[in-house]
Amino acid sequence: MPSLCRDCLTLFPAGARCPACRSPRLASHPELTRLSIAHMDCDAFYASVEKRDNPSLRDQPVIVGGGQRGVVSTCCYLARIKGVRSAMPMFQALKLCPEAVVVKPRFPAYTEASRAIRAMMEALTPAIQPLSLDEAFLDLTGTERLHGAPPAVLLASLTKRMETELGLTGSVGLSHNKFLAKIASDLDKPRGFSIIGKADTESFLKDKPTKILWGVGTATQASLEQAGIRTLTDLRRWDQRDLIARFGQMGDRLYHLCRGEDHRRVERDEKLKSISKETTFFEDTSDPDLLDGHIWRLSEQVADRAKAKALGGRTVTLKLKTSAFQTLTRRHSLSDPTQLTDRIYRAAADLFAHAPKGPFRLIGVGISDLAPEAACDLSHDLLDPDAEKRAKVERAADAIRAKFGHEAILKGRALR
Amino acid sequence: MKLSIERAVLLKALAQAQSVVERRNTIPILANVLIEAEGATVAFRATDLDIEVLDRAPAMVERAGATTVSAVMLHEIVRKLPDGALVVLAADAAAGRLAITAGRSSFSLATLPREDFPVMASSEYATNFAAPAPVLRRLFDKAKFAISTEETRYYLNGVYMHVARGPEGTVLRCVATDGHRLAQIDAALPEGASAMPGVIVPRKTVGELRKLLEDDEAQIAVSVSETKVRFATPQVTLTSKVIDGTFPDYSRVIPQGNTRKLEVDAAEFAKAVDRVATVSSERSRAVKLTLEDDRLILSVNAPDSGAAEEELAVAYDADRLEIGFNAKYLLEIAGQVDRENAVFLFNGSGDPTLMREGNDMSATYVVMPMRV
Repeated sequence: MPSLCRDCLTLFPAGARCPACRSPRLASHPELTRLSIAHMDCDAFYASVEKRDNPSLRDQPVIVGGGQRGVVSTCCYLARIKGVRSAMPMFQALKLCPEAVVVKPRFPAYTEASRAIRAMMEALTPAIQPLSLDEAFLDLTGTERLHGAPPAVLLASLTKRMETELGLTGSVGLSHNKFLAKIASDLDKPRGFSIIGKADTESFLKDKPTKILWGVGTATQASLEQAGIRTLTDLRRWDQRDLIARFGQMGDRLYHLCRGEDHRRVERDEKLKSISKETTFFEDTSDPDLLDGHIWRLSEQVADRAKAKALGGRTVTLKLKTSAFQTLTRRHSLSDPTQLTDRIYRAAADLFAHAPKGPFRLIGVGISDLAPEAACDLSHDLLDPDAEKRAKVERAADAIRAKFGHEAILKGRALR
Repeated sequence: MKLSIERAVLLKALAQAQSVVERRNTIPILANVLIEAEGATVAFRATDLDIEVLDRAPAMVERAGATTVSAVMLHEIVRKLPDGALVVLAADAAAGRLAITAGRSSFSLATLPREDFPVMASSEYATNFAAPAPVLRRLFDKAKFAISTEETRYYLNGVYMHVARGPEGTVLRCVATDGHRLAQIDAALPEGASAMPGVIVPRKTVGELRKLLEDDEAQIAVSVSETKVRFATPQVTLTSKVIDGTFPDYSRVIPQGNTRKLEVDAAEFAKAVDRVATVSSERSRAVKLTLEDDRLILSVNAPDSGAAEEELAVAYDADRLEIGFNAKYLLEIAGQVDRENAVFLFNGSGDPTLMREGNDMSATYVVMPMRV
């Protein structure tokens, strides 16, 4: 069986140890050199970055997350042994693992590490689809001649470079489509390298629970169980037409996925559908001035991002979460798309004025129904002749910021 | 209650009732029509709490009384009955049913007690006047395209009917705007209307009112208070709450100094706009007008989908001008011109543009340009 040494990257026909360096860390699979769709997932990314930057944390359980009532965003493997999981409320995590060191997230550091990893991937293939800071799909099809090595070797070299140059580890899943690659990367974490070939797809998927399928959450799982479907074998007994009749589009997807078929491409940039920002307060509030300040700042962040992406949105959404964790969303459609803080803010503030009264623990502003910049803010409002002036002021302020920095000019409202 | 009525008469009376009732109502009685029979008349009343319509029709009343029944269902039944049928409505209060029989068809519908039916509180109308149906028809028909659908500016969700000073004296005026276009339509002030408070007639009411205005000979009795407006013919009374808000001072936004004048055949213009707009894929659908020396070039340039251009012979002798508009707005505005040429008055390419129908000063339209 073709094998690859993950330490020295030697390819050899068969054996339990690398003939060159005697390492037992091998990846072996009959289709090893033929598969080219991969998923790379960093291991406990935020926590690993923290441990790298502060070696005294190395042998301690580390939880990244925070705020007064935060949740766990990532925890290292030492904390995971104690049962800590991401998205777990902090108090619960600390009950399970009282000796854990809680670290506040440092997003700039994670973004920087993510960029460095991205650059290493770019050296291998242009077909990269990042899913978040710490994971991405890579399509290495057709790169073998260019690099003089099959994709498996390139991927092993990627994780090796990540370890030596960035001090971060990652796990790789290699297969013939995205769905299986993503499952594979999770099989052997951390520092894993798993392969699902075409020939072993069927035996691999057999009797796996439906929840491993992409897009199947608790709700779909429940409705599948109602139809007597618990495993992929159950699912494979269904006729395609019956699945579609019962589950609609989802049924069609299930039909293919349970057979290990997934024709989605590795898309360099998933089309952006919306731009939104939200903030959770330290203390619940219903202070209208304070909330107004937040609406302004959030609108500004949304507008900044829209301008950076040369996009605008036709629909403005306001999101509120009450003290009782009830989420309210209100949306307003504009006559034409906008990327201006002024228009986003006015729409959001108006939605807020008509929303139920607080106190709230979270507020968010977003735009959706996106359109290219060239289609934004083209028409003026007869009844609001000052709008054009305000738009000019905003463009001028943007130009000042571009030259002198973001804090160079601010609206008084932004300070509330 | 028991009565018999001719199918065509009943269908006509129910048509308006079933369009007023809210389809997705959470209050069951609001889906019902109140039927009241007395003397030689049957009255049908329907409401959504904002609008109330009362329709009277002649009928042979055997037993006076009243009941309420699903407006939509009753209307559907009557609609499907053969033409010329005589329909008998008989209420059985004890069983809570209304029996409908016509020929060999018979139906039984569940009823709700008439006491539960909300009758709109009568109010004191400060102003009462009569206006010919064609006059009201023109006022509302020409203004309604500009009504806003934006919920946040709810005070624009209707037609502002008020008394104003026009170029030739005091007039009855209807104005509607959504911030992108505005229509201001004037009519001679009917006798007794001069003290009328200005009211914003909601969009739905404007739609229902239109059904009362088909008859050219009809005189419509109009009653207005600060909170309600009523339009009545001898058969139908339409009462509506008005929008509780202040209509903006629209006179500020009607340009006075626009001097660049374009005169064009409205129908030809609309057809040309429609043709060139075909290639535009954007929902904003911008059309560029280039004006120079009695020539108008309409063009659309949509990088993703294509380009189109059309030239029209027009009357224009001012400086060269390039200006863009939303094609839909141009089409709607040009569609208001019945017989005359459309006369556009421009200022700059970023300024509001005025449109009139020939020399008629009683209808003024404003449309905002867009960047192209």
